Amino acid sequence: MARPSAPGFLVSFLVLAAGLLLAFTVGRYPVGITDLFAVITAQLTGHAPNVPAAVENVILHVRGPRVIAAGLVGAALAVAGTAFQGLFRNPLVSPDILGASAGAALGAVLGIFLSLGVFAIQALAFVGGLLAVASVYAVGLAVRARDPVLVLVLAGVVIGALFGAGVGLIKYLADPYNQLPAMTFWLLGSLASIGPSDLIPLFGPIALGTLVLFALRWRMNVMSLPDEEARALGVPTGGLRIAIIAAATLVTSASVATAGVVGWVGLVVPHIARTLVGPDFGRLIPAAALIGGGFLLLIDTLARTAAPVEIPLGILTAFVGTPFFIWLLASVSKTWTAP
Amino acid sequence: MMLSGHDLTIGYSDRVVGSHLDLSLKTGEVLALLGPNGGGKTTLLKTLLGLLPPKDGEVRLDDRPLAIYTARERARRIAYVPQSHAATFAFTVETVVLMGRTAHGSLFSRPSAADRAVSARMLERFGIAHLTDRPYTMISGGERQLTLLARALAQEPQFVVLDEPTASLDFGNQGRVMREIRALGASGHGVLFTTHDPNHAMRAADRAFLLRQGMCLADGAVHTVLSRAQLEALYGANLTLIEDRDSGKSAFLPE
Repeated sequence: MARPSAPGFLVSFLVLAAGLLLAFTVGRYPVGITDLFAVITAQLTGHAPNVPAAVENVILHVRGPRVIAAGLVGAALAVAGTAFQGLFRNPLVSPDILGASAGAALGAVLGIFLSLGVFAIQALAFVGGLLAVASVYAVGLAVRARDPVLVLVLAGVVIGALFGAGVGLIKYLADPYNQLPAMTFWLLGSLASIGPSDLIPLFGPIALGTLVLFALRWRMNVMSLPDEEARALGVPTGGLRIAIIAAATLVTSASVATAGVVGWVGLVVPHIARTLVGPDFGRLIPAAALIGGGFLLLIDTLARTAAPVEIPLGILTAFVGTPFFIWLLASVSKTWTAP
Repeated sequence: MMLSGHDLTIGYSDRVVGSHLDLSLKTGEVLALLGPNGGGKTTLLKTLLGLLPPKDGEVRLDDRPLAIYTARERARRIAYVPQSHAATFAFTVETVVLMGRTAHGSLFSRPSAADRAVSARMLERFGIAHLTDRPYTMISGGERQLTLLARALAQEPQFVVLDEPTASLDFGNQGRVMREIRALGASGHGVLFTTHDPNHAMRAADRAFLLRQGMCLADGAVHTVLSRAQLEALYGANLTLIEDRDSGKSAFLPE
């Protein structure tokens, strides 16, 4: 029997709620839950909160932007992963495929190397991501094969490696005292330096891309069938595939430009969401966004608090993601068909 | 209405699979496409569906070139029943059938209550309403084939094209699917199906089209085309004709 989706969504909301609570309260300056709610109610009603100014400052100005960014980046990567896995009918696919992450990384590293400003670095990351995906797509079109999806995936791996070599070259040329540490830390993934001004360039592209994907949710169901079947059902797969890839790449690039390369979220979270609410994209996309946001909030809280210095996000997600990936490989058919 | 191919050369970018093929299908008619493996059956099927452009010649639907129809217009006239396969995602049977309604909606639309009513009717028609909420991945091969038939009819097409509808089905389900194909013709659909079994063609089809090495060997009424000599030439094998004394029905057996 089909699983009712309400319990699945309840779990998704709980993951996000737990992530939000922990991210706001845990840290070098612990905040009580009552204080947290006092500040939030005060913000909503416009009154002055009955808490020390330092507590209010930590919640609103120190942790606030970082919490919002972590939630957005996690949701974005999970939604992009959901879209890519459906489009490529492959459970082992993530936003790193198609070279989106590698391209965005090259763009941002180039920006740091040229000592550009924050917005220029963001723009370069986005251009790099789109450029990588466009090259992958061009290779896919040039190599005419029976299985266009397989060609795209393989081209993504190859182009990703090429852009990775570009990143290596720039690191090799970079000033080892001023630039290299910034590049290295950023490449490993971090939200430590997030400020309120970073939120708009992060939110805009993520909202736009997610909206496009959600609007296409029924077509995405049909697109997860073999290409010829989808076309026989009246779906113009060529144009829609470009639209879905562009939207998912936009979402990925925005999060890479802000938080660096945070792997695995786009691989792990779609699977969890699918086991909770089933494969219908109408339910899958919102569930993946909720869980992805909650998941990265938990990871980021761990990154801030587990050690005296910040641990890069990409390292923590790899610790979680690698065992998950191996388990997935071992039981792929079972997971893949579970509702 | 008529779906027809005129002097078709079919194939892929790097090779030609068949040439000089003329074929037509009227609504209310059931046509079986027979031939040995690698003879071009599937390629011809995909060309007539508009999924593969012909290398030469033209496919026409209702006296207009099929190529000028959009994917959506085409899907409202011609439905495709692929070989039943294990799906990648565990969509419910209802969702799979609802996908047949896609061409009746706009780019951003989801299935409406009317679409749900149509798919419920199709599930009833094929006697699989009890499977509505089951994951498509958890039902039997025969049930999957019926689900794909229900999805095709949910498109409300004039033509239904089936690729090896009886492959990998047990004996009982083969008979079931053959009866459904007959019923599709009787309800006014133009039906084209490929099969490896001439007996299925005799049972379900009005006409047979024999395809060998990309060439048409014969095209005509089942009882004239499906003779022992013709089939032996088609498959390059000796056949035995068996006749049931009670019903008068006959069947071929390969030697």
